[in-house]
Amino acid sequence: MTKTAIEITDLNFSFENLAILENINMSIEQGDFAGLVGPNGGGKTTLLKLILGLYKPQSGKIAIFGEPLKNQRKTIGYVPQYANFNSDFPISVQDTVLQGRLGISTCFGRYCREDKIIAQKVMQETEILNLAHRSIQTLSGGQMQRVLVARALAAEPEIMLLDEPTANIDQRAEKDIFDIFKAINERMTILIISHDIGFVSDYINKVFCLNKTLVCHDSTPVTSDTIHTLYGGHVNEIHHHH
Amino acid sequence: MLEFFNTLSSQAFLQNALLGGILASIGCGLTGSFVVVNRIGYMAGGIAHSVLGGMGIAYYLGLNPFAGALIAALLAATIIGVIKLKWQHQEDTTIGAIWAVGMAIGIIFISKSYGYNANLMSFLFGNILIISDEQLFIMLLLDIITIIFVAVFYKQLVAISFDIEFATVRGINVNLFYLLLLCLIAITVVLLIQVVGLILVIALLTLPAAIAKQYVHSIGMMMLLASVFGVIFTSTGLFVSYEPDLPAGATIILISGLAYFVSSFVKSFFRFK
Repeated sequence: MTKTAIEITDLNFSFENLAILENINMSIEQGDFAGLVGPNGGGKTTLLKLILGLYKPQSGKIAIFGEPLKNQRKTIGYVPQYANFNSDFPISVQDTVLQGRLGISTCFGRYCREDKIIAQKVMQETEILNLAHRSIQTLSGGQMQRVLVARALAAEPEIMLLDEPTANIDQRAEKDIFDIFKAINERMTILIISHDIGFVSDYINKVFCLNKTLVCHDSTPVTSDTIHTLYGGHVNEIHHHH
Repeated sequence: MLEFFNTLSSQAFLQNALLGGILASIGCGLTGSFVVVNRIGYMAGGIAHSVLGGMGIAYYLGLNPFAGALIAALLAATIIGVIKLKWQHQEDTTIGAIWAVGMAIGIIFISKSYGYNANLMSFLFGNILIISDEQLFIMLLLDIITIIFVAVFYKQLVAISFDIEFATVRGINVNLFYLLLLCLIAITVVLLIQVVGLILVIALLTLPAAIAKQYVHSIGMMMLLASVFGVIFTSTGLFVSYEPDLPAGATIILISGLAYFVSSFVKSFFRFK
């Protein structure tokens, strides 16, 4: 039987009296590969950060496997849109990935052997094992993105939250990374933010369209009306043939 | 040149000076690395300068100025930390205010005490040649506190320096560790004041670490290398300044600054070749 991984009820969030998110209700089942799409400024990243506990909602409830976040923090992995750090920070790829073990590792001061074994495993999975001892200063955009994915995987999460993980890399690398996501979806729930509704539709089984409020979710078929409500103005529809 | 080594072998004051330089270098390597990677030199400067307030008050009351310095440094670190975490947009102005107000308090209290000029100068620019055994012991104690703290919380300190948002997501109490890091800077500032004085502290805190950062890719190695550079700079500065009777603190800083510029130049030259 599948459980509900993320359940959001009547969520409202505003910043300095400006409503960012209104009346959000959504649920993501265990094993889902869910996509969150919508225009810039529509509140996608804000919603993700609310789920992560980085922001506090004014009202409403977010439950992770039926519990408040603080009991379920260890089950969540997070890949940010941009690297939030200085790229000249003196740290190796392996030490960056090991940071995913924070809050889980039981050792004092340094990371344990077990942490290192898990780091090796996820670096293998994301195909960066050969870069393990390289400084992050020397990485390309695509390599850095894999490091961020590996860092999130190192926590051995049950839910992965990804914020436009391929926004800054070329299309070929994008497909390679999505194939990794597809593989990890075998064992964990994924919620991914994307600007490219067409591209992600090959991978996801559920879609949420967000523009301040949820314009559509998986039970509503995505019609051109919905697209208009979502993006306003003129959108060129391109039909994909597979 | 021989005179330096003759005096070193026979005179306790010069031995204490050399030892003081080494003890200060350990602190500057460990804490300085975090100051450099967090880019909080200005914050460390604010803590360092406001220390004069505590020293002045302690001096006026006839207490040990370094006890006053330690209290003032920890107080300034806490205030700056809380302001940084709560009201980020006013951080710059507030640090400037704490910096100047601390110094003003110090100058007023010292001016009302006996022996104004000589003591003010040694607080501001340090006097490595008059380090007592007791001060060496206090420096050793501050070093031990720093080493234990960094060893126990190495993971957390690196994590909040590297990516504070990710550290939060992983459940680290980032505000607590940020405040503790600033308190660590406060302790190190006090450790370094005797050697180079509070005005020059910031150079010894950042320059060895900044040079080290150019050659390594882990914070641990950066700390080790920065400490070694610190020992080299303080010892060389002491040696060079001794015979011509130059101020040792200023000489140490000049050598560190020179080393930093040479290293940066060499690094960028080889990168673009």
